[in-house]
Amino acid sequence: MTIEKTTPEVGGMGHSLKRKEDSRFIQGKGNYVDDVHLPGMVYGQMVRSPYAHARLKSIDSEKARQLPGVLAVITGEDLAKANLAWMPTLFFDKQMVLATGKVLFQSQEVAFVVAEDQYTAADAAELVEVEYEELPVLVDPHKATAADAPILRDDRDEKSNHIFHWEVGDKGATETAFQSAPVKASVHAISQRCHPAPLETCGCVADFNKATEKLTVYLTSQAPHAHRTLFALVGGIPEQNIRVVSPDIGGGFGNKVPIYPGYVCAVVASLTLGRPVKWIETRSENLQSTGFARDYHMTAEIAADQNGKVKALRVKTLADHGAFNAAAQPTKFPAGLFSVCTGSYDFRSAFCEVDGVYTNKAPGGIAYRCSFRITEAAYLIERAMDVLANQLKMDPAELRRKNYIQPGQFPYKTALGWTYDSGNYEGALNKALEMVSYAQLRKEQEEKRKKGELMGIGISSFTEAVGAGPAHTFDIAGIKMFDSAEIRVHPTGKAICRMGTKSQGQGHETTYAQIVAQELGIPASDVVVEEGDTDTAPYGLGTYASRSTPTSGAATAMAARKIRDKAKKIAAHLLECSEADLEWQNGKFLVKGAPSKSKTIQEIAFAAYTNFPAGLEAGLEAVDYYDPPNLTFPFGTYICVVDIDKGTGEIRVRRFVAVDDCGNVINPMIVQGQIHGGLTEGFAIAFMQLIDYDESGNVQGGSFMDYLIPTAVETPHWETGSTCTPSPHHPFGAKGVGESPNVGSPAAFVNAVVDALSHLGVKHIDMPIAPWKVWTILKEKGVVN
Amino acid sequence: MAKKQTVHLKVNGVQREAEIEPRLLLVHFIREQLGLTGTHVGCDTSNCGACTVVLDGKTVKSCTVFAVQTDGGELLTVEGLMKDGKLHPLQEGFKQEHGLQCGFCTPGMLMSTYALLRKNAHPTEQDIRWGISGNLCRCTGYQNIVKAVQYAAGKLAEGGPQ
Repeated sequence: MTIEKTTPEVGGMGHSLKRKEDSRFIQGKGNYVDDVHLPGMVYGQMVRSPYAHARLKSIDSEKARQLPGVLAVITGEDLAKANLAWMPTLFFDKQMVLATGKVLFQSQEVAFVVAEDQYTAADAAELVEVEYEELPVLVDPHKATAADAPILRDDRDEKSNHIFHWEVGDKGATETAFQSAPVKASVHAISQRCHPAPLETCGCVADFNKATEKLTVYLTSQAPHAHRTLFALVGGIPEQNIRVVSPDIGGGFGNKVPIYPGYVCAVVASLTLGRPVKWIETRSENLQSTGFARDYHMTAEIAADQNGKVKALRVKTLADHGAFNAAAQPTKFPAGLFSVCTGSYDFRSAFCEVDGVYTNKAPGGIAYRCSFRITEAAYLIERAMDVLANQLKMDPAELRRKNYIQPGQFPYKTALGWTYDSGNYEGALNKALEMVSYAQLRKEQEEKRKKGELMGIGISSFTEAVGAGPAHTFDIAGIKMFDSAEIRVHPTGKAICRMGTKSQGQGHETTYAQIVAQELGIPASDVVVEEGDTDTAPYGLGTYASRSTPTSGAATAMAARKIRDKAKKIAAHLLECSEADLEWQNGKFLVKGAPSKSKTIQEIAFAAYTNFPAGLEAGLEAVDYYDPPNLTFPFGTYICVVDIDKGTGEIRVRRFVAVDDCGNVINPMIVQGQIHGGLTEGFAIAFMQLIDYDESGNVQGGSFMDYLIPTAVETPHWETGSTCTPSPHHPFGAKGVGESPNVGSPAAFVNAVVDALSHLGVKHIDMPIAPWKVWTILKEKGVVN
Repeated sequence: MAKKQTVHLKVNGVQREAEIEPRLLLVHFIREQLGLTGTHVGCDTSNCGACTVVLDGKTVKSCTVFAVQTDGGELLTVEGLMKDGKLHPLQEGFKQEHGLQCGFCTPGMLMSTYALLRKNAHPTEQDIRWGISGNLCRCTGYQNIVKAVQYAAGKLAEGGPQ
């Protein structure tokens, strides 16, 4: 599927248009939730538990209430009276809004203080006296189901810390393949607990107007419509009386998909006080209590023949969900899309099982810049392939090449049930190898090894699965995962589009306008894109899992095509010919064989309001709810080159080449920007980021002092390239892309470090690979004294 | 609540006076009392730099300065970068080189790089990377921010506004 390129003035697909949204951001005129200021607004502050597991003996809020300026102190007991002490999570569990009975993780929400200003609210929070009785703490997920483990969730009927067992694949066939396989390779790898940490934390302004009974919530929401429905279902507020506005969002990366206790408390406080209530969490609160990601403890085994041809894959995983199963993923998938773990390779049989457990940690997990657990899956299979290559003493590029699903095999059904739409894995590999001068690097590595220098090359050939729906398979809390677009063309030929998705930095105001430009010939500069206001935008499921382009982007094209169909009728009327005599070209309908007779989309738009044919409705607009027939499967090959300092264990990423294939591209500049950003997040996960807990359940990594975000100094220089294999089922052949670099890169980094040390017998190092870990290994191996 | 104090300072070229609590942080003063919401809060440990402003010619993280400390001083925030209705070359550069995505770190980045270019009109890539090392960005991976600053340095060298 090739896309005919419009002129730069029209700015359709493939043009690197500068972003429309930038003008306000560079002037400091963005409108983030903390910038919302309403008359009479008051401030909420959360009181949090210092303990990971403790019985709540008493809460004395008297002193806090007496502080001048304090308006309310809300506790779990207060919420219980309105049946709101608990709320449902997005995954068949419930979560305490404010603690009743006991607390289950450090920094859990215990009371909510409301005051006239934020300083008084903070003072008052300090004055709330809470008495706790400490209980035994469960930190290690591997001990969750031990006989002597404390049972954390005494609210549940099941007296166990086990949440779910999920398995997929043909266990018998996989066992058989393993029994007869001459080669077996295995790796135990932890995809560690980390946090998306968008630069803007979560927050809201809840504004209940007692006169109109309308609740408006300005919310850091990646899914404003779904959140409106959940507020209606859980809070019992009629849905027409709820307006969720997701203003400018300062990054999401999955963190802003769930509903958090602070939102509910702000709404309750506003309903009670009849005043707007602002609640903005601090960075520490963000890291310590809102949706963490990953925490998958995984084992992968590959059965292969002596030539390196893979036969079967067996995966066993323990998932730590913390105190509540607050996973944000489609309801049929307890482990998200983790079963895409066969990756880019032609495994004839596979079996994958996941067990989820509770621990005394913050609840989750959410998908951190990935399509529901795909980062874990991609990391695991790409690590396992390297372990196999190492075991067989094969070049990791050649092992991959030998096992790729071939272009002729698409659509390809994986052993675990996914149908990949299209791919050319070898094409991406070849391009990456060429860009990095692979053969030369291997030679250099060999020479360096002779001199005792440490250099490594890591490859990752990932496959992503993004863009949920289709609706028959995917839903969030029962709501099907379609998405929407509405286009209205004004009489003067300009347009406004509204979508069910919500940008958090992805540049939707530009890219959706480019789709309209491509489909209708209306210049992108004449198209305004609006998202995030549930009173005006068509219903949709929001932006995460790289789904905006695959779903709302598709809906935009479909809506535009509906408009074109109507425009054709008007053009026929204007040109006094039949519709069959018309053809569409570069933003106008022209009479076949008489191209001088034509009507531009702008002329047609004017006629739609001033001179439309009898029997046709006035106006030129359309809405489309798009249910994708399948996911899209972007892919790529990343190659990382590292040099390691023998004395300190310090790792320097010398080069990083990323070749991505996301099908047809709307805006190359924006895609490249997303690749840069995602690689930087992958870099952070590989080398720096961990939310850890000590044995008492005290969170380590709970602030930016020790949850490290790479600065410009550590961040490598990224080299990007692309191949193009369009999605056969998407209206303009696009696939999602924003998450690919975060999904594909961790394995490339780790593979490079392990490769640098493989001659010393090193087979695996868990992330984050800090210099001390490498230094410890070098010391153990006698490389340093 | 401690007794309020009066501060006089120049904000984006305009003389301002305010009665404030001594404990009021500069960032809250800027955002809540001056209504200049371009300066953001991204952390509580002075790591992220989203609140960076220029005080008396030097960058400060306004979450780590009390507003009373600015008495008699001169403050420049992102809202003060435009001159005579024209964007500063840095603002232009961030747009031209795709140096921002969600935009939340952008005002802080602009202020840090504004101060950097005043000190060093021809920074190398490393100079720029170190110059913004107190500002975190979660979206861009910094590469295009470096380009944006190079773009601005080029424009300024051609004789654009200072």
